[in-house]
Parts: sequence; C-alpha cells; structure tokens
Amino acid sequence: MGVHVIKLPDVGEGVAEAELVEWMVKPGDNVMEDQVLAAVMTDKATVEIPSPVIGKVTWLGAKAGEIVAVGSPIVKLDVDGAGNAKDEDVAPAKEKPAAKAAPAPKAEPKPAPKVEAPKAAPKAVAAAPAASASKPPRKEGEKPLASPAVRKRAADAGVDLRRVPGTGPAGRITHEDLDAYFDHGAAAPAGRARAADTSVKEIPVIGLRRKIAEKMAVSRSRIPDIVYVDEVDMTALEDLRAKLNTEKKPDQAKLTVLPFLMRVMAKAIQDQPQVNSLFDDEAGVVKQYGGIHIGVAAQTDGGLVVPVVRHVEARGLWECAAEVARLADAAKKGSATREELSGSTITITSLGALGGIVTTPVINHPEVAIVGVNKMQVRPHWDGTAFVPRRMMNLSCAFDHRIIDGWNAAVFVQRVKTLLENPAMIFIED
Amino acid sequence: MTELTCNVLVIGGGPGGYVAGIRAGQLGLDTIVVDAEALGGTCLNVGCIPSKAVIHAADEFEKATHFANSSALGISAGKPKLDLSKTVAWKDGIVKRLTTGVGGLLKKNKVRTIKGWATFIDGKTVDVKTADGVQRIRAGNVIIATGSVPVELPFMAFGGNVISSTGALTLDAPPKNFAIVGAGYIGLELGIAFAKFGSKVTVVEAMDRILPTYDAELTKPVAKRLKDLGVTVILGAKAKGLSKDGKALEIEQNGKSESIPADKVLVTVGRKPLTEGWGRENIAIEMDGRHVKIDERCLTSMSGVYAIGDVTGEPMLAHRAMAQGEMVAEIIAGHNRRWDKVAIPAICFTDPEILSCGLSPEEAKAAGYAVKTANFPFMANGRAMTMEAEDGFVRAVAREEDHLLLGLQAVGRGVSEMSAAFGLALEMGARLEDVAGTIHAHPTQGEALQEAALKALGHALHI
Repeated sequence: MGVHVIKLPDVGEGVAEAELVEWMVKPGDNVMEDQVLAAVMTDKATVEIPSPVIGKVTWLGAKAGEIVAVGSPIVKLDVDGAGNAKDEDVAPAKEKPAAKAAPAPKAEPKPAPKVEAPKAAPKAVAAAPAASASKPPRKEGEKPLASPAVRKRAADAGVDLRRVPGTGPAGRITHEDLDAYFDHGAAAPAGRARAADTSVKEIPVIGLRRKIAEKMAVSRSRIPDIVYVDEVDMTALEDLRAKLNTEKKPDQAKLTVLPFLMRVMAKAIQDQPQVNSLFDDEAGVVKQYGGIHIGVAAQTDGGLVVPVVRHVEARGLWECAAEVARLADAAKKGSATREELSGSTITITSLGALGGIVTTPVINHPEVAIVGVNKMQVRPHWDGTAFVPRRMMNLSCAFDHRIIDGWNAAVFVQRVKTLLENPAMIFIED
Repeated sequence: MTELTCNVLVIGGGPGGYVAGIRAGQLGLDTIVVDAEALGGTCLNVGCIPSKAVIHAADEFEKATHFANSSALGISAGKPKLDLSKTVAWKDGIVKRLTTGVGGLLKKNKVRTIKGWATFIDGKTVDVKTADGVQRIRAGNVIIATGSVPVELPFMAFGGNVISSTGALTLDAPPKNFAIVGAGYIGLELGIAFAKFGSKVTVVEAMDRILPTYDAELTKPVAKRLKDLGVTVILGAKAKGLSKDGKALEIEQNGKSESIPADKVLVTVGRKPLTEGWGRENIAIEMDGRHVKIDERCLTSMSGVYAIGDVTGEPMLAHRAMAQGEMVAEIIAGHNRRWDKVAIPAICFTDPEILSCGLSPEEAKAAGYAVKTANFPFMANGRAMTMEAEDGFVRAVAREEDHLLLGLQAVGRGVSEMSAAFGLALEMGARLEDVAGTIHAHPTQGEALQEAALKALGHALHI
C-alpha cells in the first residue's frame, strides 16, 4: 500500500490559485480512476478535478470555500503499490494550502484582490461549519419542534413558533431561541400577526459570489469613473428589428437589441479605440486591443457571470445574435468554459425590462468602459412642432477617467447614439 | 327552583370533565360539574381502574396456580382458591376511594357538583334532572364531556347472559365457559384475566387478526400468550347471536355455522361517543361523523360551547380527555392555548402489555418520512430474564435525515410504565442520540429503550 498525493493541477493559464467550491468525495470513500474528486473555481469558471488513480481517500487538504494554490496537495489516496508520495508530503500537512496567509504579491499575476484576501479567506472558512451546524430551515408545513415548556411560553407570549428559528438538534426550538426572539421582537409588542422576524441567516460568501464581491470591490475602490447618460430614440431601430425578425430564416436566432448595440459599438470604437482597452495600473500600461471582445453581463441562478463574444469586429449582425444566444444558454446551464467567461475588452450590462431610467454600471476591471442599457419605453418627444410618441431608451455608460477623458467618453456615446438612431448607418461600410 | 348561574358548566364528571373542573377552579372560574352517576366517569367506575384491579387479581391468582404445579423458581404452594365476589368488593373499594377523592379535589377548588342528568335547552342553558326536581343552570361557557358507551350488537342486546365490560367487572364467579365477541383491547384484557381465573375463554373476532388497531408485529407475543393460557381465538368469524337455550354463542366462519358453549357472552365490539340524550338537537353544533366536531381549541361550531374526551372521537383515551379538559379550562380563563401535543400514548393491558406512542413504522412511511427503525428484544435484557419476562421488544422509529424520534412502541411484561419515558422523549422532540446518550439504570427493562435507540444508530451494545 502506498500513498498517492493529488495536487491542484494548473487549471488555466495564469491561474495561481483556485477556490475549492465543492468536494465530491470524503475520507473513507473508494474512488475510481477519472472519478471527479472536487470542483474548484478559478476566475469565473468551475473546473472538475478527476482522480488519476484508483484508491481510497484518506485526507482532504481544504474545506469548501478555501483558496488553494496551484501545486498544493489537496487529496491523499491509499493506493495499491508504491504511490507517488515523498516523505514530506505524507507527514502531517503543516502547511495547510488554504492557510496560505501571505501570498507574495509579486508572484500573483492579478495582485489586486490580495490586499484583503488573506484575512477574508480564513474568516469565510470559519463561518462555513457554523452555518452547516445550524439546521436548515424547516420544510414547508412541518411542525416546529419544541418541548412543551417552550410551546407554553411561546403561546403565553402570543408567539407563533413557526416564526422562531430553532438552533437545537433537528431544528428544535430551545428556550434560548425564544429568548433571542423576545429580545429582538420585544420592540413590536403589538405585532402578534406581524411579529418581527429577528432571524439572521449566515450565508458564507464563497464561490461565484466571492469572485463577484472581489471584482466589484476592486473596480469601485481603484477606478475613478465617470458616468455619462444620454437618451436614444430607438424607434427606427425597433422598426428595423421587427421587420428583420419577421423576415428571418428559420435557422437564425431572434434579434434582440444587443447584437445591434454590439455592431454599433464596434463601429464607434473605430473612432475611439481607447475605450476598447485593458489598463494594467500596476505596470502603468494601457493595452489597446484591435479585436473587440464584448462581455455581456448575464444573470444566472448562481449570480452574475460575463460570457464574452469574441471579435465582434469580424462578426455580422446575425452571427452576433447567434453567439449571444449560445453563450447566454451556456452561462445559464453552467456549462460555459473558462475561455468563454474571460478575455473581454469592453462590457455591456443590460437588465432588459428591469433596466430602470439610469444605472451606474461598475466597470469590469481591468477594462476601461462599460455600456449600460436602460429600459426602453414610449416617451413624448418634441420634434420641433409637436410632441410625438417615440420609443426612447437611455444609455448609462461608465469610463475609467484615468484613461478616458470626459470629452472622449461623450464623443463615444454620441457616436453610439447617432448610429442607433440611424440604423442604416450601421451597415454602410466606411 | 331558582336558576343557578356559573361561568363554566361541565357536563360529565369523567376524567375529561373533572380535570376541566379542577383546573377551572384553580383559575378562579365559577364552575359547576354535572354528572348523573358517580364522579370519575367510565374510567374510574367501570373502565380503566376497575379493569386493572381485576387484571392484577387475575395475575396474582395465576401466579399462585403456577406455584401449585412445579415452578422453575423452586417455589411450590398449595392449590389456590378464588372468591371473585371478594375480589370485586376489593376493587369496588379502590373505585370508591378514587371517586371520593375526585369529589374532594373539586370541592377543594371550590367547584360545585350536581348529581343529575343534563339536557341542553340552548347553548347557554341546561336543565339538570336531579332527585329533587329540575335545576336550570345558565352558564357563560359549557364543556360537553359526556364520554362514550359500549357498542351493542342489535341481535344480541346487553342483558341476561350477554354482558358488557361493565357487567364483566361485577361477576361474582368466573363463568365456566366464557365467550367474548371482539378481540380488541377490552375483550382481550378481560379475556386473559378470566382465563387466569380459570374460565374456558373463546374469543371471536371478525377481522383476520387480534388487536387490529395495533400493528401485527406488536400483537404477536400476545397471540402466543393467549395460546399458552388456553384461550381459543377464532378469527374471521361473525357472531350471529345466542343459541335458543341461551347456553351457547352462535357464530359463522367461512360460511359455516358453529356453536360455542357459553355461560356468559361478553360483547366488546368498541365504544361510541355518547351524542344522544342530552339535548344535542336543541343546540346547533356540528358533527364529524359519529362524534362532535371540534377545532384545535376543542371549540364546537357554537361559540362558548366546548367538547372534550370520547364524545369528540378517537383516540378515546382518558389521558387525552384530561389534557383536553385542562386546556379548555385555561382557554376559558383567557390563556392562549391550542392542541399541540406530539403524541398520545396508548396501552393495551393484555399479557404481555402493548404500548404504542407516536407513529408506527408503517404510519411514519405513509406520512412520507424516510425512517430508521430498530427492535431490541427483552430476550437480551437482564432484568427481563430475572422476571421471567423475556417475550417482547422495544421498537424505535426515527426520521432518517435527522434521527428525530417519530414513534416508540413496546410489547412485554409491565411495559405500560415505560409510557412516561416514551411520551417524554417524543414530546421533547428527542433524537435517537438523546435517548442513546441518556444513562438508563441497570438492571431495568428500560435499558431496552436505550438499546433500541443505539441499535437504530447502528451500535447496540448488548445484541
């Protein structure tokens, strides 16, 4: 019998660490070759770690939610034969990969999140067992579990036990739970029917949510942004879009506003190429890209992801539509690959019908511009002689003011506006 | 006669009614309890208590009989004699003490009692026919606690040689041939007792097994003991009536008629709520089948009129009625109460005894739970061996996902006393780990409860 140590493999170019989001095995499990052991999350994609050998799990190197450096041992297996472990690997793992508290900033390709990460990681880990120990909430219609004394005390106080979270075994409501409920509920004594809900649910910020939190924090704390809002008359484009959708071939994806906007951006970027850049503020370099890779923020059950339509400058309207539909579907199903979820140079954020009048989009660091699409609605528009109903839509765009001057930002948005309002111009070759 | 007024009027002085009266008195409510018979109802006078007295006497007599032959314990004694009329007098003495005690408790709590038959005039007015004439009572709240009566077979009315359980408890000698119709808990409790007194007992049951309301696994040790005691059990058979000479019970099994010699025929085919004869037609309360419909506060469809106990249907058990009575008194006193009990233990005082609390494995599965169950046999329990009581087992039923106990059952000698532990465990919301982690004194039969929990967890120690 020997010990086979499995280390976190290189899960993507330039990735130095990954978050362990889920274990598929536990110590004592027998695993087959190629059986999935764990899922780790890199930047925004989830990668499954298979077992290279047959064996029995004896040790797991991290808890779900912990950050693991590439090359750290994550699983030890008892295997027939010699195994691959050297002595220092088998010896009690003092260097827990997760407790990688001091990541050397220079070793990190993306040093930005590291400022807070070392402290945040152990904290999130500590919260995880506490959250799993407090029982899941009661199922719908299930009677609250409580001793007769607790039931009587609640009844005397006019408290419906169904509203009281139970922290005891099997979700039993204890006197302490009632105390906690009274302490917070006492402020509203009249609220028999509307008793205050004082429950606090601890949700560990792990996985995709942590990635989102980190990226948003970086963006907001480091980028001095300028937000520019203008309104666009979409009437002509909407007429064209409706016409195209009725005439489209069966194999073509239905056109939304997005592919038009992508084509418009590709055209506007020709005049303002600096908005299609990544700013490495550590190195002090702006990389202005020739290719236009537009990230499209998409809501999924797990949270926000940004699939990327590559080389929009080389795609036609219908191709853009097809690619957006394909990526949105993959993102929702969770099957989007790491490549499909990274590498954007500029981003569109749209909440569709929920778009509101104005938003203040957060720039997708290290990009320098983001185009926010607001709700389209019929508004009265003064055409010089009378008010006429027009389909109006606002664009809320944010720019990294360190790189993009207000004038450039305005010119870019005005160009986008002109093109959207005169859709024929989109299709005229320069 | 002048009218009486009170805040709470309780109709029926059984375990539900008298407890409601005591609790109402404790809470300072002006209360009257009415009953046509002695206080204590069926339970104290002709049910739980006297039957247990007779069963105890039968057990003692059987022991003596056993010692008259050779016994493994090395004890031998002369042939015992039985004077059943003296047994009955002793039993009556216990009943008298208890019913007098109930009267004393009511008095102590300033509750008035009136002996007489109550009839509703309207929802707030009741006429009580007493020895001194009709007494009208006006009450703010009325609690109906009229109980239940034995079901009579239309072709074999009670009287003469056909007796109810009440009649069986006042016999002055054990019948030589004793036929019992119905193998429910009352029929078998009394049947086993009289078999021990020396009667030749035959039990006739329409269903295909004894104690049909308990699951089959629990009833097996009882069936075995019936056989050992020489009780003839005829299943899937219908009683047709008495023979012409009144000396036999005619039955029909698989289309064939048979005649069973019987000096007395005990009919125990169930009990029914007493819903007639007290003026129900004068008040607008809804029924739910054959019992009075109540909500979770024991309120009937009429405001200010509550119903508790057997008149509200199954399970017809004294301890349920008592809990309801206590609750209703508190509700009338303005407390916020509703029926929130997890379990009502049910006991069958057969030999061996059966105890069931909460859900059986089948009931738990039917309720949609994934369950874990385990039986621990008394055969592996030291104390049971020392008492020659190795038949039976304790069974734990728990929810698989979090080991919450859903039910506890037992069959065995004296397991009725375990009902306190079973009820407490379920009412407290105990998990298997709670019972397994509680020290159970050695040597006791109660250790089987801990072992059943341990076994369900996969690590019983003594099996």
